[in-house]
Amino acid sequence: MFKILQKTFSTGIATNPYPQTAALVSEHFRGRPAFDFAAWQDARPAAEACPTGAIAVRDRGLTREVAVDYGLCVFCGECARVSYTGGVRMTREFELAARSREDLRITAQYELYADGTHKRLVSTDEAGAVTAVTAEMLGREVERTVRQVLGRSLAIREVDAGSCNGCELEIVALNNPVHDIERFGIHFVASPRHADMLLVTGPVTRNMEMALRKTFDATPHPRVVAAAGACGISGGIFGASYASIGAVDRVIPVDVYIPGCPPRPEALLHGILLAVYRLVET
Amino acid sequence: MMHSLLRDLREKLGEHVAPVATESSAEACFQIAPADIPGAVDHLRDRYQARVVTVFAEDCTVAEGVFYNYYVFEQPGDPGFLILRAAIPAGEPRFPSLAAQLPAVNWQEREIQDWFGLEATGHPNPRRVALHDNWPDVHPLRKDFALGQEMPPFAGEQHIYRPTLGEGVFQIPVGPVHAGIIEPGHFNFAVAGEPILYLQLRMFYTHKGTEKLFESMPIPRAVFLAESISGDSAFSHGTAFCQAIERAAHIELPARAEVMRVVLLELERLYNHIADIGAIATDVGFAIANAHAGRVREMVLGLNEVLTGSRLLRGMVCIGGVREDWSGAQLARLGGTIDQVEREFRDLTALVKTSDSTRDRLEKTGTLTPEKAEALGVVGVGGRASGVDRDVRRDHPYAAYARFPFCVPVYREGDVWHRMQVRMDEVRESFDIVRRAASALPGGPHCAAQQPIPADRCALSAVEGWRGEIVHWVRTGRGNRLERCKVKDPSLNNWPALVEAVEGNIIADFPVINKSFNLSYSGTDR
Repeated sequence: MFKILQKTFSTGIATNPYPQTAALVSEHFRGRPAFDFAAWQDARPAAEACPTGAIAVRDRGLTREVAVDYGLCVFCGECARVSYTGGVRMTREFELAARSREDLRITAQYELYADGTHKRLVSTDEAGAVTAVTAEMLGREVERTVRQVLGRSLAIREVDAGSCNGCELEIVALNNPVHDIERFGIHFVASPRHADMLLVTGPVTRNMEMALRKTFDATPHPRVVAAAGACGISGGIFGASYASIGAVDRVIPVDVYIPGCPPRPEALLHGILLAVYRLVET
Repeated sequence: MMHSLLRDLREKLGEHVAPVATESSAEACFQIAPADIPGAVDHLRDRYQARVVTVFAEDCTVAEGVFYNYYVFEQPGDPGFLILRAAIPAGEPRFPSLAAQLPAVNWQEREIQDWFGLEATGHPNPRRVALHDNWPDVHPLRKDFALGQEMPPFAGEQHIYRPTLGEGVFQIPVGPVHAGIIEPGHFNFAVAGEPILYLQLRMFYTHKGTEKLFESMPIPRAVFLAESISGDSAFSHGTAFCQAIERAAHIELPARAEVMRVVLLELERLYNHIADIGAIATDVGFAIANAHAGRVREMVLGLNEVLTGSRLLRGMVCIGGVREDWSGAQLARLGGTIDQVEREFRDLTALVKTSDSTRDRLEKTGTLTPEKAEALGVVGVGGRASGVDRDVRRDHPYAAYARFPFCVPVYREGDVWHRMQVRMDEVRESFDIVRRAASALPGGPHCAAQQPIPADRCALSAVEGWRGEIVHWVRTGRGNRLERCKVKDPSLNNWPALVEAVEGNIIADFPVINKSFNLSYSGTDR
């Protein structure tokens, strides 16, 4: 008993105060790939290298549309690695959660040279690309609302609808002393009947479709659903097949999308806070 | 060895046994007739103490008019693998089952039935395993089945569990959505009061068509799919896949890449073992130990991020080596963190081991006897706690493991306590391996030059993931693609062991017994 107490006192506080302070993210961390469309000379190598088709190129004659979908991105960094002449770089940004699927998509239109490289950037559409709400802003807001509206407790039921378990590892990590999600009054519960929020990982397999629907139906109103990870948002590398339905929103309505493969705990926290915000609005 | 084995097999089975060319000197392959399978397996076991590592099939009906069944064996003291191949004519889609004598292949033979439509004749329990009972009559790994084939609404039978009968005996169905943050599966307990009479498992809820999906992807892209077979073993599965391709295409790994892979494979073992020790403690109410374990695990995950850009070691391994080299600063961080984690780990084990109540709950709980472990072909941590002295790193050295000898802990008690003890011992060995590897890191490139992969080459690869033996087998195809990729996660061997280990234990101990194996649902279901 004394040994336990001694260890506890000598350890001190382990919690990383994010979002009150910046997250402890290594300089090597691969977050959002950023695109400098004007400087990008050729999107084809990146599209070719992308394992999930998050970068798609569509050519019509001497024009090209490049579509980037952060909901498909697995943050592997291949696009930046193969774009030797620049245009793509990996950033450390991870607060990417969005309230609509469209907010995770950006596009650019190019005129092309005959060899297929970019001659001129015609237009870009990056409306939803940058998350306007940081976790820090949300944190203040949410702490107040969770206390006032939800009586100091937001209950989340996690549902693995077919994931590789990578997302589960990071969701479990939210409960460790370093990330300690309970400091917001947010905790994970054993039954959807006790839950205000479902945090769903995917891809939704055919074998889990009915279980996911039943879990959703068992969750009382008001409720929000967050889809975590590339597979939950879009099917990710698994896509849709004979065994996989893919995106969570093909089965139940989703309020917040949390990109990552898997999303790091701080990214999950950001997404969960965004979902709480949504819950309060409704 | 190859010639004497061929002579021996011909003596036993007849002159039709033929050698099959392989890409790697570490593999010997012989073709036998389907009817020879039981005799050959008996003979190899009796004469060479050979163990069946995995059983799988391949559809070659388009080119050759046959399916192939592959039986992979290992033999004590031999770093190579022996593969027997049986050609099964498309017109006679059946093969003799081994499951009655060899429970270890029970599920794998049933997978072949479900996925290829080949009947395992004489199987003691030939029901579906990989496709649920409500699926239509399809065989997804046949070449005439399209990956994206639209499936009709599932309307077939529900799974029928063995009935639970008797006074005071009842059933507890659990899942697929579980109470904790874990993967989905269905457990059906039959209990008499508190003790568990028997447990029936229903897996494959997370079946994602992964092996079929491999056949649709360019090989470089398939590396990322391999990382997603089981997220907690991303680097091990990624390495197993890359090694198979490297062997098939004769790609020589630079020395630096081999050592870097060893470091990362051990870091994967470290973060998972540390988390499991904490999780076992928390399942018997020792939450503080889990809090410390969670904190120490974060140190390793932070290190992973510094070394690979990903906390879970994703996006690092590639065909021919690793994607990014390490700077002096990164290596310094590696050394510093390992020292720090080792100090913390010493405190953590002291906390757990000096807690009498924890010990009381874990000792003699969830016992798997060495006899059952051997019969079921249990691998990895679960096997080594039950007397199964196997470790791919030592028995079939890969990457740079031959340069860093280490101890393989083996116990015979087979209870939760000893499965935890195996993890503690292995963590200490891992510290040592990482330190030696980091200080002996050779110079030179971290990746071989990329080259197109020749078609129609086969190779096997095995990796000791933190959970146990991972096996990948590939046949390459034209256009830098794959014809077939077989994936065997250690969980597939070990689920039936969980069923044995829980028998007679109280149901309240199920979570900790389950956690002490900590099997991957996604790795099993693929």
